Amino acid sequence: MEYNAFLIKYAEIGLKGKNRYRFEDALVRQIKYALKGESEFRITKEQGRILVEAKGDYDYDETVAALKTVFGVSAICPVVIDDDSEFEHLAKLVCDYVDKAYPDKNFTFKVMTKRADKKYPMNSMELAANLGEKLLDAFAEMKVDVHNPDVLVHCELRTKVYVYSVEIPGPGGMPVGTNGKAELLLSGGIDSPVAGYMISKRGVNIDAVYFHAPPYTSERAKEKVVDLAKKIAKYTGPINLHVVNFTDIQLAIYEKCPHDELTIIMRRYMMRIAEHFAKEDDAQALVTGESIGQVASQTMYSLVATNEVCTIPVFRPLIGFDKQEIIDISEKIDTYETSILPYEDCCTIFVAKHPVTKPNVNVIKCSERKLDDVIDDLMEKAIETAETIRVHPHKV
Amino acid sequence: MEVYLDNAATSKAFDEVIELCGKVMRTDYGNPSSLHNKGLDAEHYIRDSKDIIAKILKCNPKEIIFTSGGTESNNTAIIGAARAKVRRGKHIITSSVEHASVKNVTEFLKNDGYEITYLPVDSKGIVDLNVLRDSIREDTVLISIMGVNNEVGAVEPLEEIANVIRQSGQDILFHVDAVQMYGKLPINPKKMGIDLMSVSGHKLHGPKGTGFLYVRDGVRILPLIYGGNQQSGMRSGTENVPGIAGLGLASKIVYDSLDETMKRMSNLKESFREMISDIPDIKDNSGDAPHIVSITFAGVRSEVLLHALEDKGIYVSSGSACSSNKPELSNTLINMGVDNDAAESTLRFSLSRYTTEEELRYTADAVKELLPMLRRFTRR
Repeated sequence: MEYNAFLIKYAEIGLKGKNRYRFEDALVRQIKYALKGESEFRITKEQGRILVEAKGDYDYDETVAALKTVFGVSAICPVVIDDDSEFEHLAKLVCDYVDKAYPDKNFTFKVMTKRADKKYPMNSMELAANLGEKLLDAFAEMKVDVHNPDVLVHCELRTKVYVYSVEIPGPGGMPVGTNGKAELLLSGGIDSPVAGYMISKRGVNIDAVYFHAPPYTSERAKEKVVDLAKKIAKYTGPINLHVVNFTDIQLAIYEKCPHDELTIIMRRYMMRIAEHFAKEDDAQALVTGESIGQVASQTMYSLVATNEVCTIPVFRPLIGFDKQEIIDISEKIDTYETSILPYEDCCTIFVAKHPVTKPNVNVIKCSERKLDDVIDDLMEKAIETAETIRVHPHKV
Repeated sequence: MEVYLDNAATSKAFDEVIELCGKVMRTDYGNPSSLHNKGLDAEHYIRDSKDIIAKILKCNPKEIIFTSGGTESNNTAIIGAARAKVRRGKHIITSSVEHASVKNVTEFLKNDGYEITYLPVDSKGIVDLNVLRDSIREDTVLISIMGVNNEVGAVEPLEEIANVIRQSGQDILFHVDAVQMYGKLPINPKKMGIDLMSVSGHKLHGPKGTGFLYVRDGVRILPLIYGGNQQSGMRSGTENVPGIAGLGLASKIVYDSLDETMKRMSNLKESFREMISDIPDIKDNSGDAPHIVSITFAGVRSEVLLHALEDKGIYVSSGSACSSNKPELSNTLINMGVDNDAAESTLRFSLSRYTTEEELRYTADAVKELLPMLRRFTRR
């Protein structure tokens, strides 16, 4: 089938009042980004939808895959567009379309028509009935079912003629860039990339912070995190990834603080540093991949203790998800295989055998006081020496 | 300072080898099977390499089959021998410290109904000849033992093993994985009683993707790869002419000066062991091979020390490189009776002819500087 355009439908942004143009413009921008500019396609807003027209030959599968990464898209309809709306021509167009799109004609159908051009010699009902008749004449196996058809053949007369019948579901959500920015704490695990994807789905731009601990963690572990960032950047757009050397802070905590509190204290310092970068990046919130009860550092008590150091909101899109649900999404967005590569990250190296599961904030604060003489310098150094990598999505 | 001490994983190619490979690709790019002169020119490189290797091994050039490297040679030898002997029996003896490209092949053969006996090793990684003698059965068709262990450098008693096989009076093929031995020790397969022997090119400053299998004249094994019947049908596929030329030249350079360079390397190895011998709580697992030093540093995970050394430009290996992509414990060390913690704390330093005293001194100093700090932070 030779589709020469795609109709992009969006759901939620249709609801916005006077701001609607902002959302539509953002969606157009994101579509352009996903399709790498406008060299191959003409992208226009039109009557509550967006039209992506191919200028010439293009790769269908690649284009659909790219459109499926654009948040805000609720459905992608590959269409055939034609200039001539004269009935006999139209009938041939529809019959050709059905013939090519459905080699096996054993199905029920209904024709749906819309007519923006009210001067057209038939009204919508008549046009639908006449086109249906032409289809029945052309293909004997096809049957009409107006209540529950297998195939809905759309034929719309606007400035041009649109014929389509396929609706490919998009990712939904809202266009990235319409809902502010957040700073993602990205590790090499399964959860945090999914958290980044989820927050971005609601239209939020993201930048990210990764903590590594050379020589306890390897260069490969860092490369893996860059790879993960690339994979989610397909959905979120370019990400500034701050790579923070956390070794000295970790060692200081290890030497001076009780070992069952290591992870909590470590995470509190990670949050503090992440908040610093959030402010630097103009992000309004932090995002983590935490889910209640998954590990000792993610019990309700631990989350409260970690959260306590933050002055900006911390969003945890996976908070109510089971591990398997998170894995399912990570497989869908293609981060799973990378996440499970066996390189140690700094959370797994310095773990106590029996970490606290019900930390008391006052006790933790008291333990942190033991770091008083060194921690400011160490934090400053960690922030100063951080490396920032501009991550672009995977170009295949 | 950059110090490369991972030569048992792979080595830097000789400049002369790089030049020769380039020349073959640039000008003598013919297919050795072609009838014209361009093909003949290419064929000459293969013949020359075979002659060089035959001279080194004191064997007949037709006993050399070029392959893509150690792994393919091991696969061809073991699977090819097993298939050729299938009517005589389905019992194979090997050691418990073999490289994955032997071990996983024998494991694979289990699916086809083969029985595998894995010989234990002593605390130095040497196979027990008495157990070997007792393990030989009427249906034993192949014995595969490595020449030099890749993780600790233990040198297996190949001639004694061949003697045990001979004394059994049975028709058993003897395969040796000589990947870590070729280029380090003199080898005479005929004299040593070896029927099949695997070699890799990139361990002795040759190109990657090259190697050969020695098949003693009169030994019949089945090929692993079928096609255009190149190399007498033993290994189909257009020969890797530039690689084969490079492998031949590397072999020549290495064996022309073997005695002298190995003496130097052995001395360097010994002085390195001496340099670090005053570090507390270490254990030296090194065998007799001139290029491998294996040290257990109690109380620090090998990966951590490895990355810390990397920071100073020193490249070493934890376990053997082929298996160290996965956090898997060293097969060899565990079978030598080393406990899990120690196996997780062991580094391999492997030398080459380019290694200098100064580099080793720098490395020993770096280890001594890093260890006290790293040992402070073990998992409690």
